[in-house]
Amino acid sequence: MSRLEFFIDQSRCIGCQACVQACGECDTHRGTSMIHLEYVHRPTGVQTAPMVCMHCEDPTCAKVCPADAIKKDDNGVVLSAAKPRCVGCSNCVLGCPFGVPKMQVSIDLMMKCDMCYDRTSVGKKPMCATVCPSEALYFGERETLERKRREKPVNEFKFGQQTVRTKVNMMTSSEKDSIPIDVAELMAHETVQGETLWEAREGAPDAASFAVWDD
Amino acid sequence: MATLTLKTEEDYIAAYGPTLNYSPAGGWDRGEPDRLVKTHCCFCGVQCGIQLKVKENRVIGFEPWEEFPVNQGKLCPKGVKRYMQNEHPDRLKAPLLRSEQGFEETTWDHALDRTATAIKSIQERYGKDSFAFLGGASMTNEKAYLNGKFARIALETKNIDYNGRLCMVSAGAANKKAFGIDRAANPWSDIPKTDVIILAGTNLAECFPILTDYIWKARDNGAKIIVVDPRITPIARTADLFLPVRPGGDSALCHGILHVMILNGWIDEAFISEHTEDWPALKKLVRKFTPAYTEKLTGVPARSIEKCAELWGPAKKSMLLHARGIEHHTKGVENVLSYINLVLATGRIGKEGSGYGTITGQGNGQGGREHGQRCNQLPGGRDINNSVHREEISKFWGIEETALPGEGLTACEIIDAIEAGEIKGLLSISFNPLVSIPDSQRTRKALEKLEFYGAIDFFLNETARYADVVLAGSLQEEDHGTVTNGEGRCIRLNQSVTPPGNALPDWKIICDLADRLGKGRYFDYQDPREMFSELSAASKGGPIDYSGMTYERIESEQGIFWPCPQPEHPGTPRLFEKGQFFHDDGKARFHAFDYRPPAEDVDAEYPLLFTTGRVVSQYLSGTQTRRIGSLVDQYPEPLCEMHPHLAEKLGVEDGDQVRVTTRRGSIDVPAQVVKTIRPDTVFVPYHWPGKKSANLITNRALDPISKIPEFKVCSCRVELVGPHAGGGRKA
Repeated sequence: MSRLEFFIDQSRCIGCQACVQACGECDTHRGTSMIHLEYVHRPTGVQTAPMVCMHCEDPTCAKVCPADAIKKDDNGVVLSAAKPRCVGCSNCVLGCPFGVPKMQVSIDLMMKCDMCYDRTSVGKKPMCATVCPSEALYFGERETLERKRREKPVNEFKFGQQTVRTKVNMMTSSEKDSIPIDVAELMAHETVQGETLWEAREGAPDAASFAVWDD
Repeated sequence: MATLTLKTEEDYIAAYGPTLNYSPAGGWDRGEPDRLVKTHCCFCGVQCGIQLKVKENRVIGFEPWEEFPVNQGKLCPKGVKRYMQNEHPDRLKAPLLRSEQGFEETTWDHALDRTATAIKSIQERYGKDSFAFLGGASMTNEKAYLNGKFARIALETKNIDYNGRLCMVSAGAANKKAFGIDRAANPWSDIPKTDVIILAGTNLAECFPILTDYIWKARDNGAKIIVVDPRITPIARTADLFLPVRPGGDSALCHGILHVMILNGWIDEAFISEHTEDWPALKKLVRKFTPAYTEKLTGVPARSIEKCAELWGPAKKSMLLHARGIEHHTKGVENVLSYINLVLATGRIGKEGSGYGTITGQGNGQGGREHGQRCNQLPGGRDINNSVHREEISKFWGIEETALPGEGLTACEIIDAIEAGEIKGLLSISFNPLVSIPDSQRTRKALEKLEFYGAIDFFLNETARYADVVLAGSLQEEDHGTVTNGEGRCIRLNQSVTPPGNALPDWKIICDLADRLGKGRYFDYQDPREMFSELSAASKGGPIDYSGMTYERIESEQGIFWPCPQPEHPGTPRLFEKGQFFHDDGKARFHAFDYRPPAEDVDAEYPLLFTTGRVVSQYLSGTQTRRIGSLVDQYPEPLCEMHPHLAEKLGVEDGDQVRVTTRRGSIDVPAQVVKTIRPDTVFVPYHWPGKKSANLITNRALDPISKIPEFKVCSCRVELVGPHAGGGRKA
């Protein structure tokens, strides 16, 4: 088994979607990306979260598949549904705790990230982790990563009563800070509520600047 | 006369695009390529290495190029999809003449004769300078050199400038004033080695995405990150310190930070006395910039100003990087110089892990401004007003010094002069001023006044719709040459395919025109390699010296940093080592510019600040990226970012249509209500044409030194127009 592993560090993500665009380049899914990349909550911040398949040790998608269409290969990669078997029921889409599989309605087939089987099987890195500008998606040796990064990789996730162990690692930060930030909280007090905007005199600088001209 | 002949926007889009291309040439069953061509991305100044997959003279895809040191295979979404511009349905494949039906194809002989005849006729009637040339910084060094030579020798006009005037000129002018040379001081490989980084006015993660990894690596190594911006952009989200500067407040902020540094003794007196000039005047100026005073000017809390000085002042190593956020101002040069003061005061420059750089926007933002394409510049970064430089280049070109035109107008001034009736004819290449220059109603009026307009481009951009003649040129991958990236590294672009149909390489069109203007003997080139040899020879002895470079060296060494004055010279990745600057006395200069407000400040009628910028999926005026479907889908139309405090006052909810009005006009765009922007400021990205074009309402007020327009701040008002066209309001 390859010593190269996949690591996701959401804190490094800049939301650029290079991974999404690059994933769609694969000739097997022809312009459709298998990566999920979403804003956590755009009204309060620019945090984005990329999600590839976590490749679970005991994949829920496979367990809930009534047609036994989802297989894991010898390297622990959970593959897309086998076309001859998939019945398009969407159980996997609903069952996956990470929300990864996508139902391709037009071809009635579940598709998901297979960690670029065509690339990794010939020694290349998956496309998303190759192009990612911020190394939020990283494919490499664990020792190298641990030497370079302050965050630590984890691959055990608890969803209520269910504990899921995965092939893909998620980096977690040792420092804990609230992520959504309000610019108003970082500004000089008098302009925080935007009140001064409406107190401006015609033809004059706004009230905040006005105070300065009086000096 | 330059004019439109089709009736509606829809007619133009139907005929010339933008058409959204979603699939590679030949479709998704593209198969294996014939070959992989190692080259670089056509977009920003990182100039990522990329391998283009070529099959049957078509670019069908890409493969990451992990061995190229700058990006190591990394790409942004534009880089991933850039190959889809090739074999695009909108691609111009023959020269066009404007007709009643828009345009009709013609022969090269006819198109070039028509252009040359118009140039001669206008110049005979109104003088040589009545014909202007506008170039671009997306083009190679070879073409930048050629454009400058063509304008001076073949057109014999002083009026040549380029779209870098909208981009890098404030930084360039400031660099020359402070350091005596215009280039980033350090290779980017210095970034991860530093202790503290100030990112000022740079939406780095969206506009220069690959450099994000350099910043994150610095953070991994323990560096502190300080971001100065009116918006929390993706690079700002995890910053150690975020300074939400009021648009237009940058120089004051720097003075405030320096004030605190001086109070605490966080300056390098020995460096200042040995290696700089003009410190006393600056020290005197910043005395009044107490944190409290600076807070009032900038909207940044006094405590944050102090905190910034605490992080920056005593650090052992530091890097300052800035971009258009501080440069796109009527005091753009002053803002840059004020930031450079913070670097020089600490003496932390010219060392491993310590220094300074500007983030260049365009692909050849650096090289495009070096080889004579600017109105005041000759090859080798020489000064057109310097008699020694003029003699050197006249002799090199084999012309009389008296025949070499003087300093001409800058890009926006050229548009102004067209509007004023002083310039009657225009030839442009890779420039879309109708989208990219502020106050586009005036740009439109100016275009309509042109007696002749010729446009060289690969797609029919919005400005080129007005052209009398459109000369179908070449995409980046259809030619070869060199570009110089944002760290000053000259790299090699290899040709992937030949231009389609009857399209020609840009340089061939320019040379053919020169021939028709009777100057063919100066433009007898068969290949860009000859132009490179000439430009590097021309640069010898100039401030920007490429004379030791060859294509072979550039390729085998994965780029060479200038100055590189001899064949055996290794190039100069880091400038200013041992405190040696490029002014005659070897010293750097401080500058003491007092704060002054923007050209337009807020008032009761226009109580808000309007600012503009970019999104990661689009590039500049969108001529290329608005034609690539999956990039368009990523951010389909301009949105107006506003803070919920402001939205509440305006009665606006997320997605509602709002009208942004300035003294130039109005645009109607959907609101995006987010806490990531100052409540007194609204932001709209500028990549789009027509009624939603941000540059319909920006202010064409220019920096007195660099002549860059004030894209980043003007006053506006915002009102609710109605619920978003997509449906009713959310509950």
